[in-house]
Amino acid sequence: MAETETVIRVEGLRMRYGSNDVLDDVGFTVRRGEVVTLLGPNGAGKSTTIEILEGFRMRSAGDVSVLGVDPIDAPEDWRARVGIVLQSWRDHARWSPRGMLTHLGRYYEPYSVPDRLRPYDVEQLLSLVGLEEQADQKIRTLSGGERRRLDAAVGIVGRPELLFLDEPTAGFDPEARRDFHGLVRRLVDLEDTTILLTTHDLDEAERLADRILILAGGRIVADGSVDELASSVSREAEVRWRRDGDSHAERTTDPTGFVRDLFTRFGDGVTDLDIRRTTLEDTYLAMVHRHESGAAGEGDETAFEEVDR
Amino acid sequence: MNPKRHAVRTGLQRGWTEFMLSIKSPQDQGFYVFIALVTMLYLFVNRDSKVEGTDLFLPAVALPSILGAMVAFGLVIGPAYTLAMEREDGTLLRLRAAPHGLIGYVSGQVLNASLGLIPSFAVLLIPSAFLFGEVMHRGAAGWIRVVWLVVLGLLATMPIGIMIGSLVPGVQKVGTWGMLPVFVLLGISGIFYPIQDLWTWVQWVAQAFPMYWLGLGMRSAFLPDAAAAVELGGSWRTLETVLVLGAWATFGLLITPVVLRRMARRQSGSQVAAARDEAAQWVR
Repeated sequence: MAETETVIRVEGLRMRYGSNDVLDDVGFTVRRGEVVTLLGPNGAGKSTTIEILEGFRMRSAGDVSVLGVDPIDAPEDWRARVGIVLQSWRDHARWSPRGMLTHLGRYYEPYSVPDRLRPYDVEQLLSLVGLEEQADQKIRTLSGGERRRLDAAVGIVGRPELLFLDEPTAGFDPEARRDFHGLVRRLVDLEDTTILLTTHDLDEAERLADRILILAGGRIVADGSVDELASSVSREAEVRWRRDGDSHAERTTDPTGFVRDLFTRFGDGVTDLDIRRTTLEDTYLAMVHRHESGAAGEGDETAFEEVDR
Repeated sequence: MNPKRHAVRTGLQRGWTEFMLSIKSPQDQGFYVFIALVTMLYLFVNRDSKVEGTDLFLPAVALPSILGAMVAFGLVIGPAYTLAMEREDGTLLRLRAAPHGLIGYVSGQVLNASLGLIPSFAVLLIPSAFLFGEVMHRGAAGWIRVVWLVVLGLLATMPIGIMIGSLVPGVQKVGTWGMLPVFVLLGISGIFYPIQDLWTWVQWVAQAFPMYWLGLGMRSAFLPDAAAAVELGGSWRTLETVLVLGAWATFGLLITPVVLRRMARRQSGSQVAAARDEAAQWVR
């Protein structure tokens, strides 16, 4: 992979508060156009990691490079290439979404280049996040979901090459969440945006991420695609079916072969067939549990190392 | 397009928007009505009392002093509160995430706070003219003096407000570190009480801060020369006024950028989230 294609590179990242290591030798890379999800229990250091990458927090040790620059002393033109979706609270309460986006977009005007016109057209942006109808309302009157969509719009108003999303859909209803996922996908497809997000929603992680990083106890304990992670925890799938009114369940490493065999033997007698592979939730819980019980064997970690390259 | 100059321009547009939003909001209109009522009541009750050593009545002398106090109060406490609040509610962080957003933010604040003086002055000067007749004893020259004094006063006091807003740990502490000292300084600055009647060392303390000189300067702009007789040293001391306010302005312009940058560097999303959680608990 070409050097320029690496958007984020983290090596030996350490964050210490007093004698407590919040991050302990964290390392990973993110390549251009990738959507990478950072998972982990509360207090694992997800937000700290993101804030270090955003240039909003000093680190204790380690090498960090984001778009080729160390974020802690990044110049202002670097800010123009990075988007951050912050969780709004009550800022700009008297402003309207249109007014706020127009204003914040203006800071990006000097950084417009032919293949990336900055800022995003505000009307287009409002329709992209579905806020056309609320465009001139006072921001304080928006619902929680509308506000988060506005946050997302602010994050991308400068047409960033790299976007940070820290728990972007917390507090969304299912419909707003699905719309938001569509928006993220569109950004990746249309704008070639690289995305690093944190979430507690495993379904969201599975839906959006090309790759998943699991952070536990201040370390990256897993790095790979959903399938890769799943197969490293367990290669077994569960096959359930009914025959002659009885329920059956069987665990197998080769569900396709097992089902083929099942049909060969019983044909039409098999009904209600259901194959359940290991879900991301199963994988995640197994990984975190393994880490917490201190049983993270060397063999498990090497399993992901190939994935890292 | 020079990005910094562009950010200043964008920030000035921000300041204008904020100012328009402010004067359209019932909350801020209520504030202006309130200060107008309280001041007019005070002046009206004392309309017949002569100021010792002059042939002027109290409203004529007190009104310029109060205008001076408005500059000092509005430009220290206003920006201090706004900044402390906008650090907590995430406004500052949002601006910091944009290229040169901090420059824009500060430009906007400066313009917004400066424009805020226009309605503050209007709600005091217009009713005064109706209630007490001509308040300006020096004609056009007096108004010109008001303008440059206000500009100098802005430069001398606003950096103090921005520094307080940057350094206080939270909004609630602006009372302790902002309101309290400013009230004390206004109290000893000869605005509500003759400074000559205070102990000498208190007079010296008062004269070290811009509040006293803003009041004196405003009186020198509005009142006839004969009224200078009751001031310290029997003079308007214009040169000293310019020197003290100028020294504060220089100090502010040198120190404020350093303080602001230091504060902004420590802003992060989790800090804003922590402030939000704390405020939620505080309200419940």
